[in-house]
Amino acid sequence: MSTEARKPPPQIALKLRRALGGKAGWNGVAVQLAFAAILGWMAYEIISNARANLENQHIAAGFGFLRNNAGFDVNQTLIPYTGSDTFLRVFVVGLLNTLVVSVVGIVFATVIGFIVALCRLSPNWLLSRVGEIYVEIIRNLPLLFQLLFWYLAVLAALPNPRQSISLLGIAFISNRGLVVPSPIGESGFVPFLAVLAFGIVASLALRIYARRALYQYGHMIRIWPYLLALLFGLPLVTMLIFGLPFTFELPQLKGFNFAGGSRIIPEFVALAVALSTYTAAFIAEIVRAGILSVHKGQMEAGSSLGLSRGTTLRLIVVPQAMRVIVPPLTNQYLNLTKNSSLAVGIGYPDLVSVFAGTSLSQTGQAIEIIAMTMAVYLLISLFTSAVMSVYGWRINRSLGA
Amino acid sequence: MTDITASSFVRQDLVAERPAPVKTTGFVGLVRTRLLSSPTNILLTILGALLLWYMVIPAFRFLLVDAVWTGKDRTACLPENAGYVVGACWPYIQAKLPQLIYGFYPEAERWRVNLTFILAAVLLLPLLIPRLPAKGLNAGLFFFALPVVAFFLMHGGGITGFGLSWTAGLLQLFDDSVIGAGQVLVSLGKSSAIGPLLWVVGNFIVLVGTAIQWLIFPLTWLRDQIQASSQSVWIDFAITTIVVSLILFFLGGGMRTGWRALATSIATFIGMAIVIKLMGLDHGGLPIVDTRLWGGLLVTLVVAVTGIVTSMPIGIALALGRRSTIPLIRIFSIAYIEFWRGVPLITVLFFATYMLPLFLPGNFTVDGLVRALIGIALFTGAYQAENIRGGLAAVPRGQGEAASALGLSWWKTTSLIVLPQALRHVIPSLVNSFISLFKDTSLVSIVALFDLLGSLRASFSDPVWSTPSTAFTGFAFAGVLYFLFCFGMSRYSLFVENRLNAHRRN
Repeated sequence: MSTEARKPPPQIALKLRRALGGKAGWNGVAVQLAFAAILGWMAYEIISNARANLENQHIAAGFGFLRNNAGFDVNQTLIPYTGSDTFLRVFVVGLLNTLVVSVVGIVFATVIGFIVALCRLSPNWLLSRVGEIYVEIIRNLPLLFQLLFWYLAVLAALPNPRQSISLLGIAFISNRGLVVPSPIGESGFVPFLAVLAFGIVASLALRIYARRALYQYGHMIRIWPYLLALLFGLPLVTMLIFGLPFTFELPQLKGFNFAGGSRIIPEFVALAVALSTYTAAFIAEIVRAGILSVHKGQMEAGSSLGLSRGTTLRLIVVPQAMRVIVPPLTNQYLNLTKNSSLAVGIGYPDLVSVFAGTSLSQTGQAIEIIAMTMAVYLLISLFTSAVMSVYGWRINRSLGA
Repeated sequence: MTDITASSFVRQDLVAERPAPVKTTGFVGLVRTRLLSSPTNILLTILGALLLWYMVIPAFRFLLVDAVWTGKDRTACLPENAGYVVGACWPYIQAKLPQLIYGFYPEAERWRVNLTFILAAVLLLPLLIPRLPAKGLNAGLFFFALPVVAFFLMHGGGITGFGLSWTAGLLQLFDDSVIGAGQVLVSLGKSSAIGPLLWVVGNFIVLVGTAIQWLIFPLTWLRDQIQASSQSVWIDFAITTIVVSLILFFLGGGMRTGWRALATSIATFIGMAIVIKLMGLDHGGLPIVDTRLWGGLLVTLVVAVTGIVTSMPIGIALALGRRSTIPLIRIFSIAYIEFWRGVPLITVLFFATYMLPLFLPGNFTVDGLVRALIGIALFTGAYQAENIRGGLAAVPRGQGEAASALGLSWWKTTSLIVLPQALRHVIPSLVNSFISLFKDTSLVSIVALFDLLGSLRASFSDPVWSTPSTAFTGFAFAGVLYFLFCFGMSRYSLFVENRLNAHRRN
């Protein structure tokens, strides 16, 4: 008799059943078939109805309209654009406007959010109440409400350009927007940029080198004087050699309006202010929760090892808090980007406003335009969540190691 | 044994009394420890006080001290006439209040809106107080009966048939669509490379469609007979009552245990009959008020409540679908959730407003408000699904396994054991979603619906009330309203959370 252990039966049918129908087996397969039939029927209905409706309205389906002339103006463009450009260019202009307001909003929201979080965490009772009031008021009012408040009430109540409020004499706020000095490139601009880029790359390399020396050989290398020299010293030296990289053209009041400088349209100001103050309230709560999530014992353990308070914060508390803070923080950044679509409510020319709004009403290509708009936001959020899963994976790996 | 007190290392005299420790409780203690404990702290206190001073005092002055309380039009609120820098212009709110609450709802019919508000409040309040009994009945009335009653009350109009006619109509629509699809396939088969296959499939579908047509023929015939009679609604109603009650009776266990189901069903139908009779739905109902006339707080509340009510079943279904092991259903749920969560609500509203009408048959028009409602339900459903999924994950595996061990089916395990526990876990995050939904209702003003914010914005352009402080007054009023609703909801959610976690404390 053979004494070898018998192999388990291959159970191909079982595995197939599991793969096709899940735990429910053949019943699951039947459910799927019925579900697929319903989906297929709905898809068929949608397509045939859409085709019939488009035929009735004499609209040609497809993306050919993107090559047609748009024929309308956009009041803020980052790339050259005139009314005779195509709808594709309108799309790009809108997308860039969305991105620029999102980036500005994210920067300010992070700064304000951290300040408010520090206020709320402050041992000072009054200051923490102020932070709490801010968070409660901002979080319980709709964003569109705040946006309209800034645009229709606050900015509209500002004086006209002649009596505009001066900020240190270089920037002016009026009901026509914000006028700031505009940089003008000079001869030294290119070398300056090149040296700055070199400085950044070199400092990153230096930091990686110092890290490796610390972790692998235990050598502590002090790099900050070199970093200072690379990041500030070198560009300064280039400026001395090649002349100023750029000069600022200051806005001057001439007649009823400003000459010189660049004007930031009031819609942009209102949108950036509303987005950043609104998101800041959420960021403040996230940061507060993150810092509170680090156990008190960590701080005590750090000081019992002889680390100074600053070093303990930098090396022990903040890294652990960041692990809790970063995922919801990214989520808020994503929300801010999506919320920037509210621009359509005040007429800031973002993607939704110029593309899904004006272009849609001019061409009637509802399906293509809305699909493209949705796809842009979907891609942004899928990309962010992909980055976040890589981040989560790295965090888990470094914790497991 | 020596006296221990005699040893030299034991203290012989009493320690001098130390002064009482600095008081750290009460108002004085608070001031001492948390306001003025160090120079930095004093500086921070001054900073905080300055911030408050520059926020609270102007707001207080604007809202109360410098406000104008009476007047007929803008002249009362102009600084020239009042003699000082005018704060809030309250007569403007007074004049615009009907518009902010009802929109352009006809004045003579506003009692209908008020009645609906009262009904909703009467049903909602006992639902929110945990101590009161009969939550099931209460919730059923609020979530199922109230929306229907509210629709007929606020929109008006009547019904011409009931369950049987509607079922017959739906089945006929479905059948027409199936036969249409088959015919399209057959005609495609003539010009395609895989023509014969398409031809066979198309003919098969047409055959199925014809079979269904024969199958539902008794139903459609009965429908036509009923529609021809004079009391069509009531005959239809009676037939529906009998059929549904009998089905429930047999599903509930027949002669053995089905009596309870039968009684519930008959009671429900009697309730429906009373409502139909009271509102005269069988002969036209109340005069129709087009939803284009709705506005203000009315639209805000309608959108919010409909969103809350419809997003829950969608969310539960998607959450269960995402946890299911059946591949197609899981993939579909994931794709659906990730898609709607990845796009901004405003594009969803654009989708519902401009794209949805294209997807429906040409003779089928959908009201603007309903379109927005559909968009919001689809969108919020995806968010609720993620909340509920968190709750499902928090229910221990053993609960479901124990239920299976007792011999409960998947449906019973899910609806009786897993879901109740899961929903309990996620009440706070559900309420948070409701709050953001309530705030997001303001977005419908962008697709030409006049909700509270939209009506407010429209009222700014009225020249009769255009003063420098009009916009600020309007925003102050609407802001207080929004804040009350959202803050109230978040406080209630905290209260429920504490109540649910009462067993975890100490």
